[in-house]
Amino acid sequence: MDKIVIQDLNLQYPTGPQSLKDINLSIPANAITVLFGPAGGGKSSLLRCVNRLNDIIDVKSLTGRILLDGENVLDPKVDVIALRRRVGMVFARPVVLPMSIRENMTYGLELAGEKRKSRLEDAVERGLKHAALWEEVRERLDDPAIALSGGQQQRLCLARVLANQPEVILLDEPTSGLDPISTGKVETALQELKKDYTVVIVPHSVQQAARIADYGAFFLQGELIEAAEGKELFTQPKVKRTEDYVEGRFG
Amino acid sequence: MQKPHTFDRFLIQRLGISFISLVAAFTMIPIVVVFGYIIFRGVPAISWQFLAAMPRDGMRAGGILPAIVGTFYLTLGTAVFSVPIGIAAAIYLSEYARENWITRLIRIAIINLAGIPSVVYGLFGLGLFVLFLKFGTSILSASLTLSIMTLPVIISAAEEALRAVPQSFRTVSISLGGTRWQTIRKIVLPQALPGIITGVILGLERAAGETAPILFTGAAFFLPHLPNSPLDATMALPYHLFVISTQVPGMPIQIQYGTALVLIVFVLGMNIAATVIRSRARAKRQW
Amino acid sequence: MKKSLTWTETLITAVIKTCGYSAIVFVILIFFFLLREGVPTLAEVKLGELFSTRWYPIEAHYGILPLITGSVIVTVGAMLIAIPFGIGTAVFLSEIAPRWLREILKPLVELLGGLPSVVLGFLGILVLTPYLRILLNLPTGLTALAGALLLGGIAVPTTVSIAEDALDSVPQGYREGALALGATKWQTIWRVTLPAAKSGVLTALMLGIGRTIGETMAVMMVTGNAPVMAVKLSSIVSPVRTMTATIAAEMGEVANGSTYYHVLFFIGLVLFLISLVVNIIASSVVFKSKKRAERVLS
Repeated sequence: MDKIVIQDLNLQYPTGPQSLKDINLSIPANAITVLFGPAGGGKSSLLRCVNRLNDIIDVKSLTGRILLDGENVLDPKVDVIALRRRVGMVFARPVVLPMSIRENMTYGLELAGEKRKSRLEDAVERGLKHAALWEEVRERLDDPAIALSGGQQQRLCLARVLANQPEVILLDEPTSGLDPISTGKVETALQELKKDYTVVIVPHSVQQAARIADYGAFFLQGELIEAAEGKELFTQPKVKRTEDYVEGRFG
Repeated sequence: MQKPHTFDRFLIQRLGISFISLVAAFTMIPIVVVFGYIIFRGVPAISWQFLAAMPRDGMRAGGILPAIVGTFYLTLGTAVFSVPIGIAAAIYLSEYARENWITRLIRIAIINLAGIPSVVYGLFGLGLFVLFLKFGTSILSASLTLSIMTLPVIISAAEEALRAVPQSFRTVSISLGGTRWQTIRKIVLPQALPGIITGVILGLERAAGETAPILFTGAAFFLPHLPNSPLDATMALPYHLFVISTQVPGMPIQIQYGTALVLIVFVLGMNIAATVIRSRARAKRQW
Repeated sequence: MKKSLTWTETLITAVIKTCGYSAIVFVILIFFFLLREGVPTLAEVKLGELFSTRWYPIEAHYGILPLITGSVIVTVGAMLIAIPFGIGTAVFLSEIAPRWLREILKPLVELLGGLPSVVLGFLGILVLTPYLRILLNLPTGLTALAGALLLGGIAVPTTVSIAEDALDSVPQGYREGALALGATKWQTIWRVTLPAAKSGVLTALMLGIGRTIGETMAVMMVTGNAPVMAVKLSSIVSPVRTMTATIAAEMGEVANGSTYYHVLFFIGLVLFLISLVVNIIASSVVFKSKKRAERVLS
């Protein structure tokens, strides 16, 4: 049962070649789907289309549909604010807001107008636990978030997204700046999270992709080359170019 | 073979650097002298009497309280009009405006407002506020005139402060379901506030020291009492200094220097406040 | 709850947008009022009369040329001082002075920039002009020279501030590259760093000129206020009168709506247009240079 269905998606920025060409892809619920491929493949652009983050930058043309539970999120009549709460995003560099850890966590809910202290406190604890950060920060929730280490900050960004209780979590190279231990913690957290959420991640290496993918999609210069179940895609890819990339012959 | 050439170059360098240092010294020394001299000759005039009492004997004795109070009112009045409009305009330019011809026009307009001679502002204030809108020679007219003059300073400083806030904060806020105004209100504006305040103070400092814009719009020399309402004219430190140093025979030198000193302290006090706010904010920054 | 949030936000956005456009509105407003009160001059005073060399309003002589020459001579004099001292000091602060010295001197220069011009005029009357009178053996110290010196002093902080920022933002790599090729520090400054900061330095100069042309109080207090044609070399040590001083000095005594009144507004209009032109030139220097840099770097 597919959570997100992408149909005939074409994206063109004002400068440069076409970023996404005729993308057709289904993303199943409660699984980790990996979008991988060399730089410039359009993977980040695709993520930004799903939560309509591309609205804030100049786009020359965007056609096609992205169905979330059957409804097209690219429809201008859609409530983007509500959409962005349902579809959360973690970015490549950890961006903690210039506030305390607690305030970072409650930020999303406060945007939505949530004022009840109990609800906010619950969300803080729940989100931090699911991001495997709770034990490390429970004693210092009022410290500035900037005081955390890089790996902790990134997990805070993940926790912050979880506090909003989304349905989909998009991650754009979330561990690219992190050490292997922190990377491991994030990957473990994702394996737990997929039970309740739909996870779409752009990994920072093929190895990471192979480690965590339930499903995978290989992108090359704006085109979707091949999509299949994780095991299959990384051990017995059907298309030659996929095989070349997976085996490191280019990239 | 190469030696004479090298000798020339370094000699030129030493001469050049000495010359430039001399030039710089020539610039710095007068600055120190100017301040030192005013402080030296003005301090003897300063007393509680001088600051808090009304003037007597046609301004030749007594205190300069009404001028101090007047400058304070004018600065306040300027702030009331120029600060909200200036900050809002800066928010527009930094957060909403797209890079098109009309934004370019706004920027040119701001640069022009900044360059208009202060006496032309005085004329404009006279034409629009005093005469056309019939506010008369008043604190209101003078404040409105000074506000428009101060606007470009505030807009420039505030815009710079807003732009300094990292774009990534805005992106994160939007991705968590924030609207543009929520992002501005909860993150961008608070983070830019110290820079904005610094700019506001520097703008108001300029307004406090200006004479020409208030000449025909609000300043008076001899008023028997302090202003009661914004529609009253008022005395003001810069205008007072101008008149007592050029148009009042028999004005004691000490009072002149004292007035100059008070004006400098008022204005530079603001300068120092702005600098302190700026460096403290930089230290406390969480990015 | 969502609906009301959107309504408030739309209102706030509209207010912000209006304030954004306000700068344009104010410029147009100022221009309009100057026009409104200044243009009647053209109907009341013949053009030849207006641009004649006699300014004596009491007998209805409204020739503004003496005032223009007064402004020009004082401005030129001020720039002759401000350019070398301003750029020289900027170079010193940015390239030669050690860090600790720079941290002391830069705020000092900014302090001078914050000084109200009336205070400088005040010192000018009490200290500078008597000194000039004695030094140069003149009948009076209230001269164009005094004005030029004061205005130079007023323009220098602006010039130093912006030029120093411009020099500071030249990438360190430029200097290191030149030194690596064997240039001395001195040669690097004049042949590499300063040319690289050209657009910023030019902006600094233009803003300095702008400030000088528009200065009122200091000139009014020390230039003697004699509306004579300032075109001889000796004019620099004679009293003159600038356009700005004329307006400030005479507006208070003028009957509302009289020809005199209109002429003063006309002078204001001229000043407005001059500053408009200077600012447009200054901003096009900045914009043009940026475009060239983009072409070069891409």
